[in-house]
Amino acid sequence: MKKIGLIVNPIAGMGGKVGLKGTDGLAILEEAIKLGAEQISPQRTIKTLERLVFLKNEIELITYPGEMGETVARQCGFDPKVIGSIVKGNTTADDTQQASRDLCKLEIDLLLFAGGDGTARDIYNAIGDDVVVLGIPTGVKMHSAVYACNPFRAGDLTVSYIQGRVKELKEAEVMDIDEEAFRTGIISAKLYGYLKIPYEKQHVQGLKASSLADEHYSQEALAQEIIENMDEDYFYIIGPGTTTRTIMENIELEYTLLGVDLIYRKQLIEKDLNEKKLLEHIKEKKAKLIVTPIGGQGFLLGRGNQQLSPAVIRNVGKNNIIVVATKQKINSLSGQPLLVDTGDNELDSLLCGYVRVVTGYRENIVYRIAV
Amino acid sequence: MQRKTKVRNFHQAKWDEPVIYELSSKGERGILFPEIEKEIKEIVGNGISKLPKNMIRKQPPNLPELSQMQVLKHYLRISQQTLGADLNVDIGQGTCTMKYSPKINEQFATSPKFTELHPSQDESTVQGILEIIYKLDLFLREISGLDKFTFQPGGGSQAIFAMVSIIHAYHEANGESEKRDEIISTMFSHPSDAAAPNVKGYRVINIYPNEDGLPDVEALKTAVSDRTAGLLITNPEDTGIFNPKIKEFTRIVHEVGGVCGYDQANANGILGITRAKEADFDFCFFNLHKTFSSPHGCGGPASGALGVSKEFIQFLPVPLVEYDETKYYLNYNIPRSIGKVRAFFGVVPAILKAYSWIMSLGKDGLKEVSEIAVLNNNYLLKKILEIRGASAPYAKGRHRIEQVRYSWDELYKETGVTTEDITCRMADFGFHMWSSHHPFIVPQPFTLEPTESYSKAELDEYIAGLKKVVEEAYEKPDFVKSAPHRSVVHKINHDPLDDPARWAITWRSYLKKSKK
Repeated sequence: MKKIGLIVNPIAGMGGKVGLKGTDGLAILEEAIKLGAEQISPQRTIKTLERLVFLKNEIELITYPGEMGETVARQCGFDPKVIGSIVKGNTTADDTQQASRDLCKLEIDLLLFAGGDGTARDIYNAIGDDVVVLGIPTGVKMHSAVYACNPFRAGDLTVSYIQGRVKELKEAEVMDIDEEAFRTGIISAKLYGYLKIPYEKQHVQGLKASSLADEHYSQEALAQEIIENMDEDYFYIIGPGTTTRTIMENIELEYTLLGVDLIYRKQLIEKDLNEKKLLEHIKEKKAKLIVTPIGGQGFLLGRGNQQLSPAVIRNVGKNNIIVVATKQKINSLSGQPLLVDTGDNELDSLLCGYVRVVTGYRENIVYRIAV
Repeated sequence: MQRKTKVRNFHQAKWDEPVIYELSSKGERGILFPEIEKEIKEIVGNGISKLPKNMIRKQPPNLPELSQMQVLKHYLRISQQTLGADLNVDIGQGTCTMKYSPKINEQFATSPKFTELHPSQDESTVQGILEIIYKLDLFLREISGLDKFTFQPGGGSQAIFAMVSIIHAYHEANGESEKRDEIISTMFSHPSDAAAPNVKGYRVINIYPNEDGLPDVEALKTAVSDRTAGLLITNPEDTGIFNPKIKEFTRIVHEVGGVCGYDQANANGILGITRAKEADFDFCFFNLHKTFSSPHGCGGPASGALGVSKEFIQFLPVPLVEYDETKYYLNYNIPRSIGKVRAFFGVVPAILKAYSWIMSLGKDGLKEVSEIAVLNNNYLLKKILEIRGASAPYAKGRHRIEQVRYSWDELYKETGVTTEDITCRMADFGFHMWSSHHPFIVPQPFTLEPTESYSKAELDEYIAGLKKVVEEAYEKPDFVKSAPHRSVVHKINHDPLDDPARWAITWRSYLKKSKK
């Protein structure tokens, strides 16, 4: 019997409709309720659970009491195993973290959670990538790539994963922005790390072609293309992410997953540089910058890679920016453009327009960048 | 007969029919031959003994052994489990141009006058078929405005590959083949326009569509450089939207020294209306099994008729069929030919059928084909947009050419029912919808192409089928998600296709892989 853990952040998403840009922290929650916000997270979770209730005799659903999962699970016809305790009507980030740890200990096969970026972050902080998770999108901020595209899909993907039809896993970004700064108009986003999610190959039903290669294979192919075309005269600044990590792995260099590294003639110059150090190294040198957008939302510069400041980008020059992204990642953008928000409006508009994106071995696309 | 438009009470046969090898029973025969008379035996031996030694098999081939009646039943049962173009309203297979293939053309192709020809016969004894090949070349020159056609490629993708080989040969002749290592295409062009150059070793740059579903001129300008070898593009693309700036595209690519190839595998909406020549293309190809009515034949035998402008005739595959005012002949004297891309002259039955189809229609008839195909498509577009949950992304409020890539995204968001679910449920009513809508940029895509062959009554029947399934999707989504309920197979598990150990395309390879 498979074990599924369920965590519902009942207040996720409440700040959205009333224009509060998020629901992190008690004061904001109170304000949201005052403005007439209603809980949406449980309703959306029900949509997911309804998709898998037909498997209720084959799975053990384990969850936290009341609004953190038990209520919606029972409503959908599950008889969940309930663990832990909460103060009803007053759940916090600590509860999410505690629930993650408790469920993790029970060796669950999948942790389903309903929430937004804050929830994803809490789970990541509590258990890292020890457990396979899947997000039901119910939050206000959803910059992370750990969610299914809608609650139905979360349910269907869970079924596929539990039935063993989806075996591949994918590391998906956990991002969050500082809500308080956001409310005052400053966007400060950070890439916190990666959670493992089930990854369903898209479009496998095609009769004309076999399914797309898995994402890791695509990353390998892409890395080969980059490495083959590296120019000995240039420094290469390697931005954060799993796509760019594959490049470093293939030249067998040490790297930082979330930081910015610098290489020259396939040798590591320095890991995890900040803006100042980057500028010191590339001053009056020829340099290229390899960056990848964040899956699902498309931010290329200004989210999770602020070390690549306007000064660094100007130093490198627009034509020396190499954008890399697997086809799967581009597909996840649903046609939305790549986004830049460097904090320098003039530079942002300079970067806008069409750009070549390296998507595989000898495969490029031309895609749009916008602000 | 007046028939009120509604879906049929259809139920497909399900025979659980084994593979023919599994039906084999040792010693069973379709025909028992009479014993060979003594006089004959004295001359030819036992039928095998007089053959040259090196031609005699050491082991007899592993063929299934069945009686006539068993063979007949086997294939009849299998045929009852199909939803072929001659059986259903086959408009759900957009991009494939499923039209009626007149049966008289099959009769021509099965006539002994044709089937008894051998490709190694002397030219003087096959003037008839050479004339047909040559004249089809003339027809396609007229239709495209280009200067010479070859019928050697056995399908569209092979025609694209041949184009890429010519592009390579052309740049090689100019001493530029090393520098020019990039080929440009668009996301909504046929996926083979990117795949073929990739196989040839080119870097492929695919242009993403803009909000209107079209590739932007600005995007093309980002893609071109002195490394550009060529452009391979479909127009109208698989969205059914015609790119009005196509001439600007060819100009920009020509200006940097690239060559332009037009994928006209499906030209069903533009016959007699617009041509490759006027858009300044150097090459184009037509799939005779799409636009020109030769049957698809389940993946072949087919023909990708490849045409080129004057400058590129010197690179075409050999032999070319020519006429010197007295006789038709095979010309092997093509100095820069890329060589052969297929044995002999291509799939000649497909050539014969396309020739016959064009002859029966004439110039005005061909144009009418396109006009009706476009009319049918726009009727369908209007009706589909009236269905709850369906939409046609891009080019809002505008007409389309011969097909439309639609989306069930709204339906999916409201009910969780996917394109695949609808495809499966449509089979319960005897309708085929197919599942290839690459590159899957449109969410929950489906592609319909009614061609000129279907009557309004048939289109209405198909629409009624879709409406019925959508109604069900909103009322009882689980029922649609568990479809088909009245078809041959249930859901197909695609996993084995990704694992070579679990699939085989012949019985022999199955035995080998399963070590039986």
